[in-house]
Amino acid sequence: MELNNSKIKIKAKNLNVYYGKKQALFDINLDINQKEVTALIGPSGCGKSTFIRCINRMNDVIDICKVEGSVEIDGAEINEKNVDVVTLREKVGMVFQKPNPFPKSIYDNIAYGPIIHGAAENKDQMDKIVETSLKKAALWDEVKDRLNEPGTSLSGGQQQRLCIARALSVNPEVILMDEPCSALDPIATAKIEELIDDLKKSYTIVIVTHSMAQAVRVSQKTGFFHLGKIIEVDSTDKIFKNPANKMTQDYITGRFG
Amino acid sequence: MTKEQRLKKRYRAEKRFKMYGLISVSLAVIFVLILVQNIFSKGSSAFSRTMIEVAVNYDSSLLELEGPINQNSLKDADFYDLAVESLLKIYPAKDSKEERQILRLFSPDYEFEIKDFLIKNPNKIDQIVLVKITASDDIDQLNKGNFPRDLPEDRRRVSNYQLNIYDNLIEKEKIDKKFNNYLFTKGDSRDPELAGIGGSLMGSFFTIIICLILSFPIAIMASIYLEEFAPKNKITDFIEININNLAAVPSIVYGLLGLGILLSVMEFPRSTPLVAGITLSLMTLPRIIIPCRASLKAVPPSIREAALSVGASKFQTVFHHVVPLAMPGTLSGTIIGLAQALGETAPLILIGMVAFVVDIPSSPVDPSASLPVQVYLWSEQAERGFVEKTSATIMMLLGFLIVMNFIAVYLRQKFEKKWN
Repeated sequence: MELNNSKIKIKAKNLNVYYGKKQALFDINLDINQKEVTALIGPSGCGKSTFIRCINRMNDVIDICKVEGSVEIDGAEINEKNVDVVTLREKVGMVFQKPNPFPKSIYDNIAYGPIIHGAAENKDQMDKIVETSLKKAALWDEVKDRLNEPGTSLSGGQQQRLCIARALSVNPEVILMDEPCSALDPIATAKIEELIDDLKKSYTIVIVTHSMAQAVRVSQKTGFFHLGKIIEVDSTDKIFKNPANKMTQDYITGRFG
Repeated sequence: MTKEQRLKKRYRAEKRFKMYGLISVSLAVIFVLILVQNIFSKGSSAFSRTMIEVAVNYDSSLLELEGPINQNSLKDADFYDLAVESLLKIYPAKDSKEERQILRLFSPDYEFEIKDFLIKNPNKIDQIVLVKITASDDIDQLNKGNFPRDLPEDRRRVSNYQLNIYDNLIEKEKIDKKFNNYLFTKGDSRDPELAGIGGSLMGSFFTIIICLILSFPIAIMASIYLEEFAPKNKITDFIEININNLAAVPSIVYGLLGLGILLSVMEFPRSTPLVAGITLSLMTLPRIIIPCRASLKAVPPSIREAALSVGASKFQTVFHHVVPLAMPGTLSGTIIGLAQALGETAPLILIGMVAFVVDIPSSPVDPSASLPVQVYLWSEQAERGFVEKTSATIMMLLGFLIVMNFIAVYLRQKFEKKWN
């Protein structure tokens, strides 16, 4: 199951998540490798999103949500009480299903993270951060002349890349993507996928997707979730060509889900 | 029932519903028009004041001045004799009864109006000058056509003799109408022609300012805390239910609270804007908290997630993103809450703002009236002059409310950010 010569970045051990009385994740054990794209697939409501929200503790915001078990990043437990979530989220960025730029200018959208973390000492440094972030997200050429326009005036695909640039602006090590292309058309999707491929050189990426084709195109490792349990995790190649589990086989061939 | 019949029935039901809607809308419009027409027809005449032009002889010998004539000595001088002397010359009188009737054509303030004119124009001393003097309420109303002249004399407020003088003055073009600045600059008075809303305007202003200063920050902080930070448990549920209950408490109950605690226990000065402002802010608080919380709730969760995911703390998320986005709704909620407070009468009556206050308050701790209470006070007066003043005050009050509501709508539309 372990892939050769790649370092484990995130390690989830016996992770259980409850929404009130309802259990959403059952004993999840999953290793995510560094500088690689890990895709999580599975039918709606199977707990993929719940799982990735455990990695940056976004579930803390939900009052009734309770997380048990352990998630380690670089060997350090993140579910401890004394872990500062702000520092954690600086390290683990997130891109959401629907593009959610702040109703501010493109520039301010990117600059917000660096400002609150004190990443830039002056305007020049900030300009530099904004430029590199937008360049990394392959958006710079499209928006460099209108950085003061509101982020919400961009097209859907551009907005999503703006959100990726915003996530990159604070120099994270991990980027979590929760169905980043589900609200986008095929052309915008292709651009984002190209971008993901590029980003994996420097970042560890976990992507939740409903599109098998997308998982095949962008990921090296795939995990199949069903009803809150991990059914199978393996290299993407293996999962889609020769899955070990019958259920995985049925799901990827479209027999259920 | 065939398909065709059902279709017909459906069309008929739709038509009927539209008709009912149209009827209710037109009824509402008609009532508003009647109200506005009524207020305007009664109140518009309050904005003008009848003046009688009199040749005043500024005879310095009548002033019994000692020493040099300057503005200070004129201020102390007694102008009564001089004023009466000049006023009685407008028409021949055969006895003191008729003289009294002549003087009653003028507002009781004639002495001061004549004095003020000379203080402003000291060089007119020992000259005969034409001065316009405010007419009494009776002549004012007669001139505005509000008194029927064909009634028998004993049922009229204006005697035949006074009518003769009036007609004579009209003929000589001595009677004139001008804009009634007294309505805005003077405080309350027993004489309608001298009564103004200056005092109640200032009283309402101070009241609203105090109400704003107290209720706005408290309401904002309370709603931000309750909506964003407070844990969701039985205690916060209980608080939430009670805020909704408080918003529905009749305003007079807050008046009793103000009377019982602020006046009796804490012994704050009676009938002052300070007490009124505190009482009204108690009433306004829940009415601001509710729309504030609603507008905080309306900020989409995706914005919060976006901020949290780049590593903003809860506090930063709320104050950098949620609160600014909720601001338009918050502000318009506040303004509408204040507009309600501005029109509130009952609690102010209980805390003693119905007192007859002639002076215009210069600070929130001076006794004063307020606009809605002024309406209430004047509506009880019998004089025709107060009837038009009541309507004029209502017009002013409605004007302020419309302006405030307009600002609220404007703020909401102008600053509301669009998000997906």
